[in-house]
Amino acid sequence: MAKKEKIPRQKMPEQAPEVRRANFQEVPQGFDEKTAVLEASRCLQCKNPSCVTGCPVQIDIPGFVGKIAEADFKGAIEVLKRKTALPAVCGRVCPQEEQCEAQCILGKKDSPVAIGYLERFTADWERTQGAFEMPAIPPKTGNKVAVVGSGPSGVTVAGDLILKGHDVTIFEAFHAAGGVLVYGIPEFRLPKAIVQNEMDNLAKLGVEFRLNSVIGQTQTIDELMNEEGFDAVYVGVGAGLPRFLGVPGENLIGIYSANEYLTRSNLMKAYRFPEYDTPIVKGKNVAVFGAGNVAMDSARTALRMGAEKVRIVYRRSQEEMPARAEEIHHGKDEGIEFHLLTMPTQFFGDENGRVRGMECLQCELGEPDESGRCRPESIDNSEFTMECDLVIIAVGSGANPVLTRGTPDLALNKWGYIEADPATGKTKKKGVWAGGDIVTGAATVILAMGAGRQAADSIHDYLTWGW
Amino acid sequence: MHQILEREELAQGTVVKNVVAAPLVAKKAKPGQFVILRVNDTGERIPLTMADTDPDKGTITLIYQVVGKTTALMKSLKVGEEYKDVVGPLGTPTHIEKTGKVICVGGGTGVAVLHPITRALKKAGNQVTAVIGARTKELIILEEEMTAASHNLHVCTDDGSYGHHGFVTDVLKSELKANPDTSLAVCIGPVPMMKYCCLMTKDFGVKTMVSLNPIMVDGTGMCGCCRVSVGDKTKFACVDGPEFDGHAVDFDELTQRLAAYREDEARSMDIFQGKDHHCTCGK
Ligand SMILES: Cc1cc2nc3c(=O)[nH]c(=O)nc-3n(C[C@H](O)[C@H](O)[C@H](O)COP(=O)(O)OP(=O)(O)OC[C@H]3O[C@@H](n4cnc5c(N)ncnc54)[C@H](O)[C@@H]3O)c2cc1C
Ligand SMILES: Cc1cc2nc3c(=O)[nH]c(=O)nc-3n(C[C@H](O)[C@H](O)[C@H](O)COP(=O)(O)OP(=O)(O)OC[C@H]3O[C@@H](n4cnc5c(N)ncnc54)[C@H](O)[C@@H]3O)c2cc1C
Ligand code: SF4
Ligand code: SF4
Ligand code: FES
Repeated sequence: MAKKEKIPRQKMPEQAPEVRRANFQEVPQGFDEKTAVLEASRCLQCKNPSCVTGCPVQIDIPGFVGKIAEADFKGAIEVLKRKTALPAVCGRVCPQEEQCEAQCILGKKDSPVAIGYLERFTADWERTQGAFEMPAIPPKTGNKVAVVGSGPSGVTVAGDLILKGHDVTIFEAFHAAGGVLVYGIPEFRLPKAIVQNEMDNLAKLGVEFRLNSVIGQTQTIDELMNEEGFDAVYVGVGAGLPRFLGVPGENLIGIYSANEYLTRSNLMKAYRFPEYDTPIVKGKNVAVFGAGNVAMDSARTALRMGAEKVRIVYRRSQEEMPARAEEIHHGKDEGIEFHLLTMPTQFFGDENGRVRGMECLQCELGEPDESGRCRPESIDNSEFTMECDLVIIAVGSGANPVLTRGTPDLALNKWGYIEADPATGKTKKKGVWAGGDIVTGAATVILAMGAGRQAADSIHDYLTWGW
Repeated sequence: MHQILEREELAQGTVVKNVVAAPLVAKKAKPGQFVILRVNDTGERIPLTMADTDPDKGTITLIYQVVGKTTALMKSLKVGEEYKDVVGPLGTPTHIEKTGKVICVGGGTGVAVLHPITRALKKAGNQVTAVIGARTKELIILEEEMTAASHNLHVCTDDGSYGHHGFVTDVLKSELKANPDTSLAVCIGPVPMMKYCCLMTKDFGVKTMVSLNPIMVDGTGMCGCCRVSVGDKTKFACVDGPEFDGHAVDFDELTQRLAAYREDEARSMDIFQGKDHHCTCGK
């Protein structure tokens, strides 16, 4: 067999940094068919594919990549769908460089197969060709399942169970479905039309959406089961509780949690104010605290809203930054500055209570803490000040208690996350499953989806055989 | 979609009352809770307290003051038209218990928020005195309803055109003097009014509850937009409130935060009223 490594890893065309920093269109623009086939032909079709071990849901990677190499895109999407409900999303937002691609054998000497780009290509091909075929729905079982939360976890459960013949209703607190995919991740990384397309497909399959339903307030889980006759409930409400820094001055105007900043700009479309009614503070001089995907998304959004200077301020060093490598690279290209080993101590405002600056301390890395990362320690007398007129705090999120406080018999761990069996998603409450960020804490789309898929299997077993 | 079933203009059209179809919310709502409403697809999410509910008919009553673009747009809607989204009931219901003598003070549209609470406190067996006020006679709302909801109602106008000439705080002071055994005060209205009522009740050592109206987005504790300082803690008004111990609230911070978007709001209103044509509508 001829050696295949000769073909280099194909590059994804991207909007140029000077252009994209001023618009909300997607940055990487996708492979065309020819490039996809060429890239797919690099795959060695390993007998024991190590890439698959890197994928949290064990997608048959050589399987779908092989179909692309044969230009059988329909075949490729079929292989993908056996394991993932959201290939267009995962192909875009999975941290492939730590997961599937990190394990690809080609990566040892050369660059790994662009598995994420190929996954995205396949899903986009299906959507833009209108090649989506309605799967056959088996006869109705008469069982009713309630899914609380329409993030990646909840929609996976809904999609799987509707295809098993159960009736499925999704309850969503917001006025739009999609979870973090619509209110958190910005348009330039995940176009909302893609998420909407997934939701429309679910609706076509017969999933009922009840938007504006805050479970715990509008109705409780017990009411859903006892009064509305749901046989099983899946809780996938995400980790929707913003963390703040807890330093003086944090309630000044112009200081947002990332959740608020991103919800205003993405879900409420504040970037199109006044065509859309929701306003947002437009800073010229922006500081973003944190260094995960959420921080990168906030920083890049602020840039697109017209900021002149955007800084990521992070207590640790470059190595500890949890954001995807690709996102850090995109941010740097767009001109985002990084202030590492820096910790805030207070914010200052003007006479109207608007943030104008902050005081920070320099840090150095000490011993590793319980997360395994080195603990940042502040250096005495290293105070300095920086000006800023917009601050976004993206230092993580916790468990939102709105649902759980209304459901006292759901067992919670000490952080308020729901306790669920890792293999099945079963909670301590009969007939109730949970998964995604509300069980694991803030994690990833693919893990939330994987948890949904396991729970769907377990719910189906329960509806068929009992608890 | 939530149809408007009844519509009435109060206070010379500066305040509007809507009865809106929202069966699930009506069934669940308790005094002190609110909804978040969005008029249409480009609309903002705004919080409004339920002034009343009818679980049998499946309706909620909203009473709102026309202050900006969204409320002006709401005012333009007729009976039979619909709101796109109504979500609720949100917030923690008022803690209603029998404590003895209670005084309920309301200013402006705050009276609409105060009314169901007053009624519930009376029903729980308290001796309830109510004080309501507005700038001038025509702006007094819900006088009849408040008469029925309390044992004893005082009306004040700043200009003396009706009832007591002066502020609600004047009447509050004389009532607290005359009734040193008052066990609870409930004060709801514009932020300065609540602030001054609380300064007064503090002097008399009377526990005071206020209902706060910070800017909100989701209303479920997800964003932190509604954060208020109460004592030395930051609270989220949409889930921890909207009612708080008035003696611990930082009203000055609340006033500042409410002004966060003044310029944008004025621009939005100008466009709505056709005074500005830099928008993208194409006209
Ligand atoms: C800005 C941002 C960027 C991210 N970037 C990436 C990335 O690049 N790659 C990646 O893999 N992951 C990323 N993540 C993480 C990923 O999005 C989450 O791990 C994932 O969405 C979790 O899915 P979920 O289904 O558990 O919950 P969510 O997506 O959080 O959805 C939960 C849904 O439940 C609803 N809900 C909450 N409470 C209630 C209630 N009481 N009643 C009814 N509905 C309720 C919420 O409104 C929401 O719609 C990012 C997250 C954010 C915030
Ligand atoms: C829990 C709660 C209950 C409320 N109940 C009532 C009520 O029963 N009747 C009533 O008349 N008003 C009530 N309000 C206030 C009402 O929400 C605002 O008047 C309304 O949002 C104004 O919108 P607008 O577009 O018409 O005006 P804008 O021009 O947008 O704003 C006018 C002022 O209203 C405030 N405001 C603006 N946007 C919001 C928002 N998203 N959330 C909260 N406040 C905002 C700001 O202080 C602003 O300066 C309540 C507020 C809260 C938080
Ligand atoms: S789902 Fe994510 S980790 Fe799995 S193959 Fe696709 S991109 Fe890789
Ligand atoms: S490890 Fe790499 S080369 Fe081997 S099958 Fe997976 S993607 Fe192909
Ligand atoms: S409005 Fe978002 S947390 Fe209260």
